[in-house]
Amino acid sequence: METKRLTVSRLSLLLGLLLAAGCNKSNPTPGSGGTDPIKIGEFASLTGKEATFGQMSHDGTELAVQEINDQGGVLGRKLQLLTEDDQSKQGESKTIARKLISRDGVIALLGEVASGRSLEAAPVCQEAKIPQVSPSSTNPKVTEIGDYIFRACFTDAQQGKALAQFGLNTLKAKKMAVLIDAGTPYSVGLAASFKDTYLPGGGTIVAEERYTSGDKDFRAQLTAIKAANPDALFVPGYYTEVGLIARQAHELGLTAPMFGGDGWQSGQLVPIGGVAMDGDYFSTHFSPDENSPAVQKFVRDFQAKYGQTPDAMAALGYDSAALLADAIKRAGATDNTKVRDALAATRHFAGVTGDITINEHRNAVKPLVILQIKGGEFHSFQKISPD
Amino acid sequence: MIVFLQQLINGLSVGAVYALIALGYTMVYGILRFINFAHSDVFMVGAFCGFYFGRWETGHSLAGGLLVMVMAMAVCALLGIIIERLAYRPLRGSSNLAVLITAIGVSLFLENAGQLVFGADPKPFPPLIPERNFTSPAGLTISSNQLLVFAVTGVLLIALQWIVMRTKIGTAMRAVAFNHQAAALMGINVDLIVSFTFGLGSALAAAGGILYGLNYPSIDPYMGVLPGLKAFVAAVLGGIGNIPGAALGGLLLGLIETFVKGSRLSTYSDAIAFAVLILILLFRPAGLLGKFQVEKV
Repeated sequence: METKRLTVSRLSLLLGLLLAAGCNKSNPTPGSGGTDPIKIGEFASLTGKEATFGQMSHDGTELAVQEINDQGGVLGRKLQLLTEDDQSKQGESKTIARKLISRDGVIALLGEVASGRSLEAAPVCQEAKIPQVSPSSTNPKVTEIGDYIFRACFTDAQQGKALAQFGLNTLKAKKMAVLIDAGTPYSVGLAASFKDTYLPGGGTIVAEERYTSGDKDFRAQLTAIKAANPDALFVPGYYTEVGLIARQAHELGLTAPMFGGDGWQSGQLVPIGGVAMDGDYFSTHFSPDENSPAVQKFVRDFQAKYGQTPDAMAALGYDSAALLADAIKRAGATDNTKVRDALAATRHFAGVTGDITINEHRNAVKPLVILQIKGGEFHSFQKISPD
Repeated sequence: MIVFLQQLINGLSVGAVYALIALGYTMVYGILRFINFAHSDVFMVGAFCGFYFGRWETGHSLAGGLLVMVMAMAVCALLGIIIERLAYRPLRGSSNLAVLITAIGVSLFLENAGQLVFGADPKPFPPLIPERNFTSPAGLTISSNQLLVFAVTGVLLIALQWIVMRTKIGTAMRAVAFNHQAAALMGINVDLIVSFTFGLGSALAAAGGILYGLNYPSIDPYMGVLPGLKAFVAAVLGGIGNIPGAALGGLLLGLIETFVKGSRLSTYSDAIAFAVLILILLFRPAGLLGKFQVEKV
């Protein structure tokens, strides 16, 4: 016992020394003016399950930082983006947020795409009083963590409401089937806010089935849904499963139109789902075929740099960095409290995803777009403004 | 009634895939008394072989699809033999636990190497064979891919049973299973038999991977984990080491899962499937078709 305790205390001493040494080596003096670059941290899912989202978001962020620096930076200083990969794994983002804040001394954090991982890092940022701007975490809980947590996208509550209106008014669906991914807070939250508007609006839910992300076979649930004979099928999930769901629904002869949220948006959706996806709809943040000059410039620049058309994740990644830079500019300093206050005071910021106002819950109030899948491509179908 | 019959078809097609993977687990266990946890990752490699070979097979003919499958089976058989040679053979004779841990290590190695080589994001699996849906007048549907799963699982099950029970090499395999040393004394090349067993098991995994990819065309380096676990359970359920038992266990597990998913309790499907497993093992510890062996002193 005695020796064991001794070893433990020795180990912790050693660990402490190592940590201290590590801190000393690279700890900058935060808030110091001059011409040092302003350090901004980013944690993103560059590999792993949500890699297609994370990569796009990261590319958008990188483009925004590059453009801001090309125009002379912010407050006469360049922005320096420090990016870390959380491998789409739960548990990683917390460690990364701690590292970026305490070791690298970033003044603000950008991230993540997935709500689950934004929720992990948010308490760390809140505790350290470092502003965090999530580009595309739509779960309402993210910004409820505290007054330093913001987002550049609409919430699931707003999205669910708009989708319910779309189902009632555009699809004219009175009998709805819902297929929920019980394994992600995103899907469960979106389904709940959908029901909050859909049921009082006069619709009925004739079938509600569940699956878990990672499932591949949905024929059992789809057979039950088909038996209920719905007018439309609402699937608030991610593209990996949605493609397979559409395919199997098609095979089982389920012809009701399918629609869902921004989790559908990925270049992989149609290759996985195939022709079964034709005519289906999903809501999202951004449509590259919109005609405004700002959007068209962004699409051109993005294509020139990365050789592909930006999607919603790229646009939100871009807007998250632009929002933060705008706030630093208005704050006139890089102090965490001043940047936070400036972020909270954002009104009618012209982002590529539309006109953004940050409300008292630190959520972005902004329009959303419904896209339709036709011939394997996404086309603008309808724009729904916040009311 | 139609819904019930449709769920029956759904369940059997899920179960057939489990059965196919379980065949590989159970055969290796039957011969070597060792659970090859890397089996489910060889399954993943098989699917990716299909993904890359499928690029050359643009005609989408049944013959072309089967050719791709045979090629993937050959690659994975080789992979299985290499894994056995490098990772398991040096440990033969040491404790079962050491080999088990090594198997888990090989499994993790394949998953992470897969992320590096194939990329981590899900890839759309190409439609190797022409796809069709068959719908009965009453509304029952089955796809050509589901039919193919039944056919291939059936053929491989019979072929495997035949190889193990009726051929010379099968007799040698059973002899090695019975007693390594005695088999070696009888002039059986134990190394060769073990290599053959791994090659055969890995080829089965590759066939499973391709059929899985055809049915659920979204493949990634972690695709083997869950079906591998279910197939392992299916093998235990049927009586591990027993070839028809693996098929029975797979079908049963698929059916239970599907019927629970189609009911109000869909999120509990795994919980209920595993509860059934525990119940069956309580009453038949050696599995449904397994023989309960009394340890002789």
